[in-house]
Amino acid sequence: MKELLIIAIGSALVNNVVLSQFLGICPFLGVSKKVQTAAGMGGAVVFVITIASFVTGLVYKFILANKAILNGKLVYLQTIVFILVIACLVQFVEMFLQKSMPSLYQALGVYLPLITTNCAVLGVALTNVQKEYSILTGVINGLGTSVGFLIAIVILAGIREKMEYNDVSESFKGTPIVLITASLMAIAFFGFSGLI
Amino acid sequence: MSNCTERLYNGIIKENPTFVLMLGMCPTLAVTTSAVNGLGMGLSTTVVLVLSNMLISMLRKIIPDSLRIPAFIVVVASFVTIVQFLLQGFVPSLYASLGLYIPLIVVNCIILGRAESYASKNPVLPSIFDGIGMGLGFTAGLTCIGVVRELIGAGAVFGFQVLPIADISTGQAGYVPVTIFILAPGAFLVLAGLTALQNRFKRSAAKKGKKVPESAGCGEGCASCGNSACSGKVFPTGNEKE
Repeated sequence: MKELLIIAIGSALVNNVVLSQFLGICPFLGVSKKVQTAAGMGGAVVFVITIASFVTGLVYKFILANKAILNGKLVYLQTIVFILVIACLVQFVEMFLQKSMPSLYQALGVYLPLITTNCAVLGVALTNVQKEYSILTGVINGLGTSVGFLIAIVILAGIREKMEYNDVSESFKGTPIVLITASLMAIAFFGFSGLI
Repeated sequence: MSNCTERLYNGIIKENPTFVLMLGMCPTLAVTTSAVNGLGMGLSTTVVLVLSNMLISMLRKIIPDSLRIPAFIVVVASFVTIVQFLLQGFVPSLYASLGLYIPLIVVNCIILGRAESYASKNPVLPSIFDGIGMGLGFTAGLTCIGVVRELIGAGAVFGFQVLPIADISTGQAGYVPVTIFILAPGAFLVLAGLTALQNRFKRSAAKKGKKVPESAGCGEGCASCGNSACSGKVFPTGNEKE
């Protein structure tokens, strides 16, 4: 239990997925203009990464690394299999939400297709395999990582909303000032490194 | 042949993926802690890009249109796996320092972007040169950022100590490295400076009436995003706006 908690906090705060591992930079910069949309994107990412780490964990354990199938030699296919599994999964989640949970679909639907090419999803799946996590640990790691993404993107959106009113120098308008904000956030997140 | 040299020029200078189009930001920020890492990542991406452009261009008449993105992903992922094993076998030190970011070449928008916007519509030879041009442009971008970060953050270039480091214990005067530049925040800072410079050049070019290609990265939000691979087309749902 304690180990799981350490993994969750570690992946959410200490090794924050955006601010120290640079995964998922695109949505982090692109969908962070308003707190509400940022929270929607963050929620969708939490949803997809948690499910994806469970499914890729299952696929890895019972198909790719299964000794009964080609003596577990299929492991080398992990990148190809994972990216296809994730793409199918996102599509499936989208259809499922649309049919059975229309309210949740309303909130997250727009962001779901964007997530397939979010490198954080594939990144988490590959990290779980690299660190030889069990399926449960993998899911906890996925949950922690995606909550870290949610925290980072919502904070950035909050700062950007305030920054609308600031007088930013002409060349730094747009992306540059957002990157500088992200840099300061990354420095602040260093503070968590003593936590574990 | 002029077409091929034009593709090289286009990739390296005119539509440089790092400095002009702002594509592939994840590896750009993550692996540029040193010039060698940037160069290694750039060259690995180039190899994947050239091979995938070549194969996709060869198969462009066979792949059905509705299945093209999944087909591209499988082609790219296969080449990435090959490159990953080659690096692991022959350059283990680089493999160790790039780590997770090698398999993540699969989701690099440059590769899918070029497959979608160039290789799937053009003959094999220009597609190969397009891959070489774009790849070398990306390599140049990563190496530049890597050199800046390594120089400021460690006083070295390609691992050679250019600036003598100050030593407090012996009282020797020298350069005091700004370590934060090789840590995570430095990546954002360097890129911020770079994009600010780019904005400045764009404005002065616009004043002179020159046309500058728009950045296709995600910095401006999804509405203006030129990356067709990232607009829900991976497995078409049928309700995307065209």
